Amino acid sequence: MNYDERLQNVTVLGAAGKMGSGILLLTAVEMADLSLKPENKGKTFCLNAMDVSQQGLAGLMRYLKDQVRKVAEKKTVLLRHLYEDRADLIENEDVIDEYVFDVMNIVRPVTTIESAFDSNLVFEAIIENEDLKTKIFSQIHQNNPDAWFFTNTSSIPIHILDEKAGLNGNILGFHFYNPPAVQRLVELITIDANSDEMVEFAKAYAKNLRKVVVPSNDKAGFIGNGHFMRDALHGIHEAEQLANEMPLVEAIYMVNKVSQDYLVRPMGIFQLIDYVGIDVVRFIMNVMNPHLPNEDLHSDLLDKLFDMGIKGGQNSDGSQKDGFLKYERGKPVAVFNPETSEYVDISGMQARIDGLLGELPASWNPWKKVNFSRGGKDAMLEKYFSELRSMNSLGAQLAKKYITRSNEIGDYLVTSGVASTKEDVNTVMLTGFYHAFGPINEYLK
Amino acid sequence: MSKLRRKVYMTAGYNTVSMGTGRSEFNPKKARPGLEHYIKEAGQGTLAKIGGAKNVDEGAIGNFMAARFNKQGHLAGFIPYIDEELQYKPCIRTEGACASGALSLVAGMKSVLAETADVVLTIGVEVQNTMKAIYGADVLAGAGWFQKRKNGHAYFFPGQFSDRAKAYYEKYGMEYARKGMKQWFINAVENARLCPTAQEYENKVDDLGGLYDKMTPNGKAFVDSLNVLDCSKVSDGASAIAIMSEEGLERCGIPKDQAVQIVGYAQVERNITNDPPDKTELTAIKKAVKQALDMAGITKDDLATAEIHDCFSIAGILTTEALGFAEPGKGAEFVANKNTARDGIIPMNTTGGLIGWGHPTGGTGVHQAVTIWEQLTGNAGEAQINIKPEKPYGMTINMGGDDVTVVAIVYKRGDF
Repeated sequence: MNYDERLQNVTVLGAAGKMGSGILLLTAVEMADLSLKPENKGKTFCLNAMDVSQQGLAGLMRYLKDQVRKVAEKKTVLLRHLYEDRADLIENEDVIDEYVFDVMNIVRPVTTIESAFDSNLVFEAIIENEDLKTKIFSQIHQNNPDAWFFTNTSSIPIHILDEKAGLNGNILGFHFYNPPAVQRLVELITIDANSDEMVEFAKAYAKNLRKVVVPSNDKAGFIGNGHFMRDALHGIHEAEQLANEMPLVEAIYMVNKVSQDYLVRPMGIFQLIDYVGIDVVRFIMNVMNPHLPNEDLHSDLLDKLFDMGIKGGQNSDGSQKDGFLKYERGKPVAVFNPETSEYVDISGMQARIDGLLGELPASWNPWKKVNFSRGGKDAMLEKYFSELRSMNSLGAQLAKKYITRSNEIGDYLVTSGVASTKEDVNTVMLTGFYHAFGPINEYLK
Repeated sequence: MSKLRRKVYMTAGYNTVSMGTGRSEFNPKKARPGLEHYIKEAGQGTLAKIGGAKNVDEGAIGNFMAARFNKQGHLAGFIPYIDEELQYKPCIRTEGACASGALSLVAGMKSVLAETADVVLTIGVEVQNTMKAIYGADVLAGAGWFQKRKNGHAYFFPGQFSDRAKAYYEKYGMEYARKGMKQWFINAVENARLCPTAQEYENKVDDLGGLYDKMTPNGKAFVDSLNVLDCSKVSDGASAIAIMSEEGLERCGIPKDQAVQIVGYAQVERNITNDPPDKTELTAIKKAVKQALDMAGITKDDLATAEIHDCFSIAGILTTEALGFAEPGKGAEFVANKNTARDGIIPMNTTGGLIGWGHPTGGTGVHQAVTIWEQLTGNAGEAQINIKPEKPYGMTINMGGDDVTVVAIVYKRGDF
């Protein structure tokens, strides 16, 4: 079965979810492009968008239509060539409308698992639950033994899913980052039992989606969450330590600022936890923990907030829900106090805490400026860190400790065999988390 | 007709802001004023300077594609909307693609020449930011022959002029040509910075040339031989001007030094179904320019300034050649040497032209007339250039489609 044939019948499980909808969009567009190739004329392409929520599927079809239109508007020059022989499609609008129809016409919103019994490829983006995943895979496999499973799990080892569901190596980890349509990173987790054909297909598919593929070994959490979860725990512990000397809300604000400004990151660690979702972070730690006998990836503070219903994550319109921090127009304005269940305004503490941290190095620039400076990024970071190294303010101390910990985590991911190379670790953090510099670096040495 | 048989003047010009990307108040995601707003603002702007609507005999409005951009036809009906006192007066709408505005000037002039009117309120308008550029390209493609749309570029008109640029590159050298086109762009933005209604008024880029050089034309993303800086703006805007006889000036109490006299004009139509005979030449513009100058009895060297239809920088270069300021192939050099800059031999597009001020397509012809009126009568504010008494003339060249409908007009100050 060649590449095009493999993609003639595909199912996305959990298609109405945040990850599933992105995977569905990318796959639908790729399949439609294949269907428009002259050699594929007359062949039927079918993409089952499977989800248990009817309401979710209705929303998905609306999302899909809007997004496909945007895709079409961006590649109209190409589409005019693809539809060259269609005399009835003259204006851009004709061509775009037809393309939207052709993509939508491939997608079948379904609620039953049986739809996947005819699929050659099954993407899985359901809830991060080992038993549920295993059950569904095994059910499909029993009825469709040749299907390949690409799971989007971000934490469960692939070989465990393979063994439990009895898939004979017909599964690999194809881990998109959120949102899949925008984020260029894909972590590819293969296991020994995979066929070469399957791995080659996965690489070709990622390439056609213009993704950056980083291979990760089959260890719980892989590279991305392997770093993020430990990095987050460092931030949480640091805030808890500081809370011996100041109110917790102020400590949280302080660590969030250090991890954003001093570390030149797009957002502070507490904002990132909120972005991913306190519930999701906690859940991933719980999934990873049993596979890590020498570590304890767990935070009482996360449990506490979760139990109080403070979960972060995003609203359906993409706006940020309140978590550790409260947001107005996407910007943090207050910090949650678990003792009183109230948010405390940042404006009241900002000047004092910033004063305690001390001045940022004179050569400091915000993440946006550093990360998108054409060609000048390395020099900017070099200068910044040479200054930071010699500084002894509280801000500089916390930053150096944070950077050192991030470095340790990065090294550990390589030595423990999660990543094959330090470059892979850095690529994941640079591409998937938009860090301005990789965790494994020499800046403080 | 070798001479105009009656004196025709223009006065009381008014431009709305040219709204679109570049203006800080423009937000494509928020609701914006519509067609009616622009017509009313421009019309009232001119009426306020001529003693009100009671002085107006007729109205003319130029517009290209409101029927598609705004789902609105029948634009003449919006002239009485400007002012109660215009109710039941004769009004007409003109369309000649991007030369629609100048056609409304011609309609107004003809009414004055025919002595059916002494004061004609003339407006040009287009509101284009109602759709994304990729769909706007469909609408604007209506300025070409629809039979050629299928095989045309997604961005049809940029594609047409990219082909012209490519022919020019092949004949005279790409690097050479782009030096001239770059300077054209720089002049456009620098001039626009002097005009508060210009779309590029707030442009703060220090190194315009450097920016231009960075943007190598890329056929995969746009067209083969132009970058977006070579292109005019997508704009919402309207302009108005009053066309009058001597009696009209008197009726409105306008002194002649506040008016420009039309001393020559030409309107030329090229067969839309034909490709240009030579892609490196604008033959219709060349013809119109000659006829207009002949009627005025002057040469290009008598012109103090000219408003050129630079829908694309290459059109600016080619028009410089069509005007006779440079031999074929030498236009790029002429522009690169800053001869068309505001202090050059022939200052062109002194408020930025279509690339700098903006290009509300059906409004542009009237906007050009307003700019010449401002310059010749000392009403150009910060953008004012020095008009020497020995060179009291100005010219506008408004082009519809790919050198298909062309109107060239020669002006001089009313009291000279």
